[in-house]
Amino acid sequence: MPLTTKARLQLFRTMLRIRRVQERIESEYMKDEMKTPVHLYIGQEAIASGVCSSLRDDDAINSNHRSHGHYLAKGGDLNAMMAELFCKSTGCSRGYGGSMHLVDVAHGNMGTSAIVGGGIPIATGQGLAFQMQKLDRVSAVFFGDGAADEGTLYESVNFAMLKQLPVVYVMENNGWAVCSPTATRHCGDNVFHKGAGDRLFTAKIDGNDPELVFDTAEKAVAHARSGQGPAFIECVTYRILGHAGCLQQDPKGYRDPAEIELWRERCPVCTYQRKLLELGVLSHSLLTELEAVISAEIDAAFEFARTSPLPTADVLHNHLFCE
Amino acid sequence: MPWSRIKPDTNEPDFSNDVLLDNKAGRRIAYAEALNEALFQALSLDPRVFVMGQGVDDPSGMFGATRGLHLKFGADRVFDTPLAETALSGVAVGAALGGMRPVYFHNRPDFLLLAMDQLVNHAAKWHYMFGGAACVPLVFWACVGRGWGSAAQHSQALQGLFMHVPGLKLIMPATCFDAKGLMLSAIADKNPVLIIDHRMNFKQRGLVPEEPYTVPIGKGVIRRKGRDVTVVAISHLVAEAYAAAQELAEEGIEAEIIDPRTLRPLDEELILESVARTGRLVVTDTGWKTGGVTAEIGAMVAEKGFASLKAPIVRVCNPDLPTPSGYTLERAYYIGKDDIKAGIVKAVRGS
Ligand SMILES: Cc1ncc(C[n+]2csc(CCOP(=O)(O)OP(=O)(O)O)c2C)c(N)n1
Repeated sequence: MPLTTKARLQLFRTMLRIRRVQERIESEYMKDEMKTPVHLYIGQEAIASGVCSSLRDDDAINSNHRSHGHYLAKGGDLNAMMAELFCKSTGCSRGYGGSMHLVDVAHGNMGTSAIVGGGIPIATGQGLAFQMQKLDRVSAVFFGDGAADEGTLYESVNFAMLKQLPVVYVMENNGWAVCSPTATRHCGDNVFHKGAGDRLFTAKIDGNDPELVFDTAEKAVAHARSGQGPAFIECVTYRILGHAGCLQQDPKGYRDPAEIELWRERCPVCTYQRKLLELGVLSHSLLTELEAVISAEIDAAFEFARTSPLPTADVLHNHLFCE
Repeated sequence: MPWSRIKPDTNEPDFSNDVLLDNKAGRRIAYAEALNEALFQALSLDPRVFVMGQGVDDPSGMFGATRGLHLKFGADRVFDTPLAETALSGVAVGAALGGMRPVYFHNRPDFLLLAMDQLVNHAAKWHYMFGGAACVPLVFWACVGRGWGSAAQHSQALQGLFMHVPGLKLIMPATCFDAKGLMLSAIADKNPVLIIDHRMNFKQRGLVPEEPYTVPIGKGVIRRKGRDVTVVAISHLVAEAYAAAQELAEEGIEAEIIDPRTLRPLDEELILESVARTGRLVVTDTGWKTGGVTAEIGAMVAEKGFASLKAPIVRVCNPDLPTPSGYTLERAYYIGKDDIKAGIVKAVRGS
């Protein structure tokens, strides 16, 4: 069923907002005010936006070091995220976490792990907790092709299939893990696409097509929520910028500039924008308005982050244990 | 099982009973029964509690600790796990974040090494790393193996590794009373707690009240009063140290035996206060010497109680070697009462 105009605009807005936030971080990163390693999400916006649009507020997400997009798409507060990147005490993790450790309990984001593959079993455990408490909540987890190298994925999916847990595994295959291409690390297509049958909902899709991501995620989430067990979605996409930091920090020579160009042309945000304009869902005036609102929001978030207080040495020992 | 021949079933030494609850009589039960009772009560009292691990629903039930729980509480709350310690440890972390209170039985500490990523990188840091936004209330349990020919990969006492990690609470009980009370405290705690037990403890019978009770985490106890030397003993070595002290009393040496019960947070005050009176310290642990528990406790006393010390600190631990399998080598490897006795004499008489 085609999406409603409202849903399409919402999806586009989420993607555009993530894109503009990432671009602003990228362009300001060399000022050295954000003293935390950032892993930018440019080129992958359709995945977080599409998947999170299929989730409820009380569903859980888990993700990884590249989590800005997931955090924002799930409803995370932009001010709190930017303040965290500026290491301020108003940050979502009060300056203890940094860019790789965002949290937003109110929207079911219980914290992101930067140990590759580390969030996958945790998301699985959240699914177990929901099932044990007979809640109809779903736990979704985003991870890269690098994390698909890790044993935790196979151990976790096996357990989720065994217990029919409401977990949606979203693999973002962006072609690279730092400077290693997926092809040199994976012997072929992921094993979960083969023969899991009725025990695992699987799909391998174009991760740059937001409506396809949304549609697939909706089916996967419905499958998980209705007690039929886990889902595994591989989204094929591309990491446009370097592994970490801003563009000029990306070392040269490990990937073909033509490959990057090719994927720039497949930009999920521009492509979707063009499509919505052609369909008349989006007008140029609405687009201008959207851009203005987002830009103002980003200005305000950077201002909030800049002017927020830094945590002081007297709180160093706080929060080691939960009282 | 041949294990049973390593140490006969014995009653615990008659430690001073002040740790027993006032006016609540205990029955003498086995160590495994005490643990089993704690789990039974925790499962009954709190619907969020569940027990997982390889073999928790076996007929042997984790040396008896989990025996029969699945029959009473069902397979949803007491379940066997795949042999996937890494991910299942993460599952426990996630379940805790999702509102449950998991108790994950790992059988041997050796297998905890596969759980290290989730325990150390995740569970122990989750509260701090997010500025207090989330809590991870979970209990991990493992039991140091020691028996006929268990060898290098089924007998490691790895508490030294875990004691190093901020954010983890580490418990090593020595009595049936504490096994139950500390398990109930660990389950009630809002943080990740690791309990490392010892197969030798399972050979004990001790006084345990029937009703649920807790023993505070981070509080040690004096098992025997003595004026000449403080002996800090861990886990089953408390009983060994106690026996050593009783024998040395006949030679005129009065050793004070401290059972810290919790290694992290450590009851530093209790140890320092004792050393202030005795002026001498022996530390004995079932783990290795280098970079381990005795190193930490010795350093803590040297740092904070140096002025009280009248003699060098003595450490009595297993040698820095993998555990050998053959029984002649094993006998040479493990420490016990006689080694502690020699350590005490050295601390008191200098040789
Ligand atoms: C267990 C572990 N190994 C290595 C690293 C270092 N590292 C951080 S991100 C990364 C690449 C991860 O690739 P992928 O999962 O595909 O995510 P992407 O960065 O492409 O989004 C690596 C190797 C780590 N953080 N954790």
